[in-house]
Amino acid sequence: MTMTTTRRGVLAAGLGAAALARPAFAQGWPTRPVSLIVPWAAGGGTDATGRIVATLLERELGRPVNVVNRTGGGGLVGHTEIANARADGYTLGVITTELSLYRTTGAAQLDARNFTPIALYNTDPQGIHVRADGARDLAQLVGQIRERPGALKASGANLGGASHLALVGLLSALGLPANAVPWVPTDGVAPSMQQLTAGAIQIVTTTMPEARVMAEAGQVRTLAIMNPTRDAAYPNVPTVREAVGADWALGGWRGIAGPRNLAPEVATRMRDAMRKVVADPEFVRLMGSRHFGIEYVDGPAFATWLEAAERRFGDAARAAGLAR
Amino acid sequence: MDQLLSAAAMLADPQLLLVIAVSCVFGLFVGAVPGLTATMATALLVPFTFFMDPLAAVAAIVACTAMAITAGDIPGCLIRVPGTPASAAYTDETYAMTRKGLAAQALGASLVSSVIGGLFGAVVLMVAAPALASVALGFSAFEYFWLALIGLSCAAFVSSADPLRGILSLLIGLFVATVGMDAVSGAQRFTFGSTALTGGLSFVPAMIGLFAVAEILRALLSGEARRPFAQPQKVQGVFHGVGGLMRRYWKNNLRGSVLGTTIGALPGAGGDIAAWMSYALARRCSKTPEKFGTGHPEGVIEAGAANNAGLSGAWIPALVFGIPGDAVTAIAVGVLIMQGLNPGPQLFTSQADTLYAIYMIFILANLLLLPLGWLAIRMARPILAVPRPQLMAAILLFCVVGAFAINNSLLDIGVMLGFGVLGLLMGRVGLPVAPVILGMVLGPLLEQNFLAAMVIADGRFMGFFERPVAAGLGVAAILVWLAPLALMLARRRGVVGAAAPG
Repeated sequence: MTMTTTRRGVLAAGLGAAALARPAFAQGWPTRPVSLIVPWAAGGGTDATGRIVATLLERELGRPVNVVNRTGGGGLVGHTEIANARADGYTLGVITTELSLYRTTGAAQLDARNFTPIALYNTDPQGIHVRADGARDLAQLVGQIRERPGALKASGANLGGASHLALVGLLSALGLPANAVPWVPTDGVAPSMQQLTAGAIQIVTTTMPEARVMAEAGQVRTLAIMNPTRDAAYPNVPTVREAVGADWALGGWRGIAGPRNLAPEVATRMRDAMRKVVADPEFVRLMGSRHFGIEYVDGPAFATWLEAAERRFGDAARAAGLAR
Repeated sequence: MDQLLSAAAMLADPQLLLVIAVSCVFGLFVGAVPGLTATMATALLVPFTFFMDPLAAVAAIVACTAMAITAGDIPGCLIRVPGTPASAAYTDETYAMTRKGLAAQALGASLVSSVIGGLFGAVVLMVAAPALASVALGFSAFEYFWLALIGLSCAAFVSSADPLRGILSLLIGLFVATVGMDAVSGAQRFTFGSTALTGGLSFVPAMIGLFAVAEILRALLSGEARRPFAQPQKVQGVFHGVGGLMRRYWKNNLRGSVLGTTIGALPGAGGDIAAWMSYALARRCSKTPEKFGTGHPEGVIEAGAANNAGLSGAWIPALVFGIPGDAVTAIAVGVLIMQGLNPGPQLFTSQADTLYAIYMIFILANLLLLPLGWLAIRMARPILAVPRPQLMAAILLFCVVGAFAINNSLLDIGVMLGFGVLGLLMGRVGLPVAPVILGMVLGPLLEQNFLAAMVIADGRFMGFFERPVAAGLGVAAILVWLAPLALMLARRRGVVGAAAPG
């Protein structure tokens, strides 16, 4: 008999939640849990930082913030879902580097203008990584590529994404064609790293923090960082310029955004909450423990920042022959 | 050791223990009411697990299913209607015991053998999963492609007596999995321009439809929903003399546990098939096969151990490769991914303490079967007195709220109803439902790894046999496909041979 009462209780709670899901008035937002869509697989860097932000947002908003991994299509599925979400503030998401690329690469007619930018919270430089028993340094790796074009395979995420651009941009800076290193598409860094450690592929290009765990475990070695200068967090990793004399730099970024036309009250409340989150010592500590770089840009400035990023990435993609 | 301690600390959370207790009672109720299955219980639980910690979500599923499979024996024994399909194999046997006045002995034997089988499966999981995981760390797209193919093939061939029906139902699942945006290139497939479909058909509402709504529709259309259950007799002294039985039939217990764990670990086959096979094996190996069917505990003990062992066994491939062993773990894999615990070998290094906690939950849930199972047997009368129309209505409400709550989307309720009708029709024409889910889970895994492997191998199919482990798995996959063909040929030759003299 206890069962019946429990069921009724749960049912009532469920129906209550369903009733509250009606088109919301932004007053008093949030009155129920908020979904934070992460367009990449669990275990990757976007997922990790998204979960850090979600935990701290929960404190600021006083409501649960649930991370929902919506993977596929090189982040396009999740990004589309954020852009198409009802603008009531109960579905927000993490937008990532790939958004600066979709239009240029012809993947989708989706860009920053489909979103209400709330805050940029992270940027990280890309790096080029090999297995611990792979090439000694970038010069040796480039030598191997020149010797047998097409023999070495690389991965990092989807075709035409930021990781792919990192590789193709480097190849083009070295005067090599894109097909000198074929790209193996996966739906995130974790499966790409699995291919690398299993010995099926030879190169992974991804941001530095995403390779960090494997590097510290001694399974993966970073040959160069795609940054104009060395990074204080990785003092022993040379820049691409230092390693092979070519000029090539690329980074990844992550921010929080909602669908276009997000209710202004919600946007203001979220911008306030994010300002507090990025200043929270706990945020600094958690991001630092995984070596994610913190860069904070608030709402309207973030929109301008995104326009500039789209131009920069678009130029790089066109130069690398990834534009369609 | 540190990880063991931190796992124990995770388990000591009162909220987690409450989740386990509530899930046990829920599973017990669902199992004891005929028509409500363990898979259905899991599908109904999922929307609630969404708001729990990952560990609590797994604990809820493990506790609920173990309890449901065990409680399924009760109505089978008392009123000859199995509570879950997993008890169907020995329902007639236990009912015969009841008619001989041995109901207490039948229920005691099936309960204790369930606990032993469940514990055995849990121990195998604890030993085999980490060992397999350390091997799986060296797996690339080639190996995963073959594993997914073997999983799909087993799902088609094992889940039904007729491979054709299994394959047909698998193809339905694979087709459903292609809806939405292609994970590699981002191309739209079967979305008809609808943005709501870009993410594909939602998995959980589909599960709720296939397992819960289909059953409600079936009971409604057959008029069964309006008939109350028969009232069972009162049973006392359940554990009386069980010790003696367990000692006499320890071999059956062990054999059932081993077979159950193995069958459970095979994709597509769960506790129900394990129970049928174990019961048949017990009869074949018995010194007194003529006693089977007349109220003899031997087969009950073996099959009772097998179905619970199968539950634990199914988690081995689910945790190590993300390839579920049965319908319950297929749903569980979806839950794990939603919770950020991507199944795979990395899980065993990065989340070792969570995994230890999961093992402990298996042990705990199976030990809890003893007191709670006893309670369920005592409560059989009030449970079976539940008014069915109201129960069905309540479950339907649960289904609708659950399907909606996942994404707050009305489309998902439509998906749930659509799959409910699909499940009903499949049941009508005798198509197994489990391969549909395995197709939905394994389809994307197969496709992505195939594409990645083709790029790595420069488009050469021989690349799939160039790595030693991949070659071994490839041969295994081909054998899985050839085995039914060979069987069919042998059978046809036998028929021809028999027909020729006439």
